[in-house]
Amino acid sequence: MTTWVSGQPLNVVLVGVGGQGTILASDLLAEAGLRLGYDVKQAEIHGMSQRGGSVISNLRWGSRVFSPIVARGCADVLIGFEKLETLRFSDYLRHDGLALVNDYAIVPVTVSSGAATYPDDNLLREGIARMTPNQHWIRAVEIAEQAGNLRTTNVVMLGALARILGLPKVAFQESIKVRVPLKYQDVNLLAFDKGFEAAGA
Amino acid sequence: MKRILSGNEAAARGAWEAGAEIGSGYPGTPSTEIMETFALYPGVYAEWAPNEKVALDAAIGAAYAGKRAFATMKHVGVNVAADALFYAAMTGVEAGLVLVSADDPSMHSSQNEQDNRQFAKFVRIPCLDPSDSQESHDFMTAAFKLSEQFDTPVLLRMTTRVCHTSGLVEVGDQRLPLPEPKKYPRNTAKYVMVPANARKRHGIIEHRIQELAEFAETSPLNQIEMHSPSLGIITGGIAYQYAREVFPEASILKLGMVYPLPAEMIRRFAGAVERVIVLEELDPFIEDQVRLMGVDAYRPEGKYYPGTKSIFPVTGELDPRVVRLSAEKAGLLPATEHSEPESFDLELPVRPPVLCPGCPHRGAFYVLHKLGVPVNGDIGCYTLGVTPPLNAIDTCGCMGASIGVAHGAAIAGDKERHVAVIGDSTFFHTGIPALMNVAYNRSNVITIIMDNRITGMTGHQENPGTGRTLQGKETLEVQIEPLVRAMGIQNVVTLEGHDVEGIEKVLKGWMKLDEPAVLITREECALLPSSRGRWLPLEVISEKCNGCTLCFRVGCPAIMKSEQLDPKYGRPLALIDASLCTGCEICAQVCPRDAILFREQVLARKGDIENSEVLK
Repeated sequence: MTTWVSGQPLNVVLVGVGGQGTILASDLLAEAGLRLGYDVKQAEIHGMSQRGGSVISNLRWGSRVFSPIVARGCADVLIGFEKLETLRFSDYLRHDGLALVNDYAIVPVTVSSGAATYPDDNLLREGIARMTPNQHWIRAVEIAEQAGNLRTTNVVMLGALARILGLPKVAFQESIKVRVPLKYQDVNLLAFDKGFEAAGA
Repeated sequence: MKRILSGNEAAARGAWEAGAEIGSGYPGTPSTEIMETFALYPGVYAEWAPNEKVALDAAIGAAYAGKRAFATMKHVGVNVAADALFYAAMTGVEAGLVLVSADDPSMHSSQNEQDNRQFAKFVRIPCLDPSDSQESHDFMTAAFKLSEQFDTPVLLRMTTRVCHTSGLVEVGDQRLPLPEPKKYPRNTAKYVMVPANARKRHGIIEHRIQELAEFAETSPLNQIEMHSPSLGIITGGIAYQYAREVFPEASILKLGMVYPLPAEMIRRFAGAVERVIVLEELDPFIEDQVRLMGVDAYRPEGKYYPGTKSIFPVTGELDPRVVRLSAEKAGLLPATEHSEPESFDLELPVRPPVLCPGCPHRGAFYVLHKLGVPVNGDIGCYTLGVTPPLNAIDTCGCMGASIGVAHGAAIAGDKERHVAVIGDSTFFHTGIPALMNVAYNRSNVITIIMDNRITGMTGHQENPGTGRTLQGKETLEVQIEPLVRAMGIQNVVTLEGHDVEGIEKVLKGWMKLDEPAVLITREECALLPSSRGRWLPLEVISEKCNGCTLCFRVGCPAIMKSEQLDPKYGRPLALIDASLCTGCEICAQVCPRDAILFREQVLARKGDIENSEVLK
């Protein structure tokens, strides 16, 4: 799946590490879905995951959405805000789903303490390739920095997603205006545009 | 107008619309946001209580006094509140009373996955089980109405996937008329549960549950959705969503009220379909009752019952995949080709939750690890002291258990000296009576109260020690040290959480004493806004570091192995991630070669001597 067709359901899994803005990105996607006329559900797990652990959020658009959870093997899109986490959850993708990978590592304490090794990019790419032929890497942290705020990395990724799937930009721009505090709206709108441009390069 | 709300936000809205004026709760995932959201509505009083029993007593008291009231808690909190729940079921109320239990199937953030629908049956009160945000809103209102109609507390049982899923909700724009103010009841036969009165009330509540069962037959809370007659599914709560997802053709009996059940409606539904199954998460709560009604729900050949549920798993939360695979196994659906997604054989480094950089609990755990004594832990962020490399917790059961379990080891004559570790909020919750027992019965337990000035794990809620209420008012502040001294304990010391040397000295000294002792490590959570203002990343002087690994053993995510190796030993040097480091100085304290700069040295190195004076 590489393009979005209006009205067609969309199942997205967003993964990252606590503090990366995974939940806000997922909120923005829910809001965008609402603007595109969908029923939406967005499910996330709080609690222990806030303490530097893996974070996973589920987002579904459809004419009527029942299950809030995207089952393993059923995600149309996996958005990974951290590359190791993207591989970890890549079995959520259906066989031709899109893996959108932020080319960014947050080293888990198991690695920094020397108990494990962080896989290199080749290994990560190969691992993801076993699940889907369709992976797109983006240096969202650098782009967010150019936009003027590192914390907009999540929105850079949404910009890229909109470009790759052909989602209407305006739905996201309106969502940002609804969900993001006023003083951060401009930088987020800019980050969205920069992500959108970068994905076309 | 429809808006996107989580189940918790929707439940709070529903309570407000239902005319609830009083809310009391104790934070606990996945329930916390209900009371946090309710607290923001106009014309309400909302509070955090020290524990769930106190919260429910407060809600009961408000309902006796004629105001609609509710209490919120996670599933295990209902265990704490159970005593109150049972008497409230006996007495009934003057105005609506709802208990919200947020269950956590799959234990995303809990020590067990008890199914609190069982409480409704045990206590003889109705239980509503919403399946999405809209129903969280609607059922809250329905629960208050039921409570007043039948003079009973009502259990609104939610689950993680309902609490923390956001979906579209149609909300109302005004509240139900509030109950008329009236004089506090003087009705001893109803409200004083001495045996003579209680015996009469028991008959009344048994009768009440029968009336509720009759109500269930026609209540719109329970709905039949007839589609194909070949398969009928009896379901409720979140499982309804999986039923619709996985069996789009099936007929469904959706139970919004899962206790008491509408027996006639169930028999009628079962009679209208060729094959009937029960689809529910966790316990066979509905299934057991349906079978007792004599309804022959389908079960695969050779399946032993009641040892387990007949089709779907009794452990863990359901999802469409689990439901589909179970249904395929039971022959309800044709087997699909790709039912098992490919998995990979790569060993990926795990990413366990860890104590944050700058966590004030780290210092004490570093020392406890070094001392190697048995540590009885408790529920909160500091449970993460169990993770490597600290490995400093040996038991953890439930809120407040640390001190009692350590006391138990002491009275059992365990040869090792036991240390109990408990946070400020958990100490207020159920730690105080346990510590009183240590003092009263003079065991030699050493208790560390890790006072990080907030309820941390659930996301920074105020508590009796913080000086502020849920609704942001300044208030009295419990002083832990005088409280502990008032119990008669003589050895009480308060230290800063980051003072590794001080903590080690005190604990080592106490090891030689055969008396109860309490160390309070007092230091703000590093994630509080007031703490964030003090963050200052430390630096490693690579010329001094020889890769001895001591700083790695404090288990801080900000300390990494550098790619640079020590020329003599070939070991990786330490490196501090400036984006994560808060400058707590624990690593600087444990470094034997002074290779990690303290805050003052960092400032001095920056030539910012003035700043360093200010810090002093």
